[in-house]
Amino acid sequence: MIAASLPAPAATRPVEFINGIKDTLPMIVGAIPFAILFGALGTNAGLSPAAVAGMSLFVFAGSAQFIASGLVQQNISLVVIIITTLIVNLRHALYAASLAPYMKHLGQTWLLPLAFWLTDETYAIVIRRYARLEEAAPYKHWYHLGSAVAMYVNWQVFTWVGMFAGSQLQGLATWGLEFAMVVTFIGIVVPIIRTRPMLVCAVVAGGVAVLLNDLPNKAGLLLAAFAGIVAGMLLEQAAPPDSSRSATL
Amino acid sequence: MNEALLIFGMFLVTFLARYPLLVIVGRVALPQRVFRALRYVPVAVLTAIIVPAMLQPAGRLEVSFTNAYLVAGVVATGIAWRTRGLLPTIGGGMLVFVLWRVLVPGAGG
Repeated sequence: MIAASLPAPAATRPVEFINGIKDTLPMIVGAIPFAILFGALGTNAGLSPAAVAGMSLFVFAGSAQFIASGLVQQNISLVVIIITTLIVNLRHALYAASLAPYMKHLGQTWLLPLAFWLTDETYAIVIRRYARLEEAAPYKHWYHLGSAVAMYVNWQVFTWVGMFAGSQLQGLATWGLEFAMVVTFIGIVVPIIRTRPMLVCAVVAGGVAVLLNDLPNKAGLLLAAFAGIVAGMLLEQAAPPDSSRSATL
Repeated sequence: MNEALLIFGMFLVTFLARYPLLVIVGRVALPQRVFRALRYVPVAVLTAIIVPAMLQPAGRLEVSFTNAYLVAGVVATGIAWRTRGLLPTIGGGMLVFVLWRVLVPGAGG
């Protein structure tokens, strides 16, 4: 610990914004195939091109869009699709709750768009920035903005690429592009599993998700996540992690 | 299907998941327990998405070497564990996935 060093100068708004984009680049690599897949599948599922583009523009939630286009193809009713979307996206409420303490100084002009742009990827990137509690960093929300805008623009562009590619390339839907999302999430999750309760949380959540995979409307996802959280917390209570190894997200 | 209504409905429920807690949680005091629970959220939710996608890519359990999702997912997990880097994990995992489906008989889609 250096005692008497001068504080580093605060990162400026543009620096934070650019760093937010840069740190999100790996996530963008993972989102590109997934956006292409959605663009291709959405049109194949019977959605109009306007609806495919509109869903990416206004809903902006990859896995929910993906699931919704599958339900459209099966002629599932509109109400059921919307309820399923809610369940699949409820995890964003948890992300929001986790980010909120770091964003309470922001006004609605920041909160509304940043809420709309909340994704797994941006959450995983920006929570690390927010949680770094150095003194002179008043513009972390610009970092957040950079990450969010980069994900959003990328998602729009490659939805369109997918719409055109889907009509040109036979069998794009069978290439397994959805694996890009899986591997992105692996890249997010594994490094933050640093304590035994975290590991148990992951094992329980994963196991329950497999067991309940057949429940309708992806209800198994939420139950599995809940089971994982409870398991992690119970273990943490039983044996508090020693401070040197405790995880900070 | 009324597509405009579909998109509006999906937008609304998604925004209602994303926005309210962002505003509320910062402004009302929450018990410490809630914050501890929140630290488990990303691990729990994302693992609950990942594991079925690896083990049940077509809806039924498929523990075999011809399941490219499982093989590449395990490799990606190993890379992530060793490097803790996003790009090697995503790039390496996708590479193994593509190669496995091309090269291993029965693993293609």
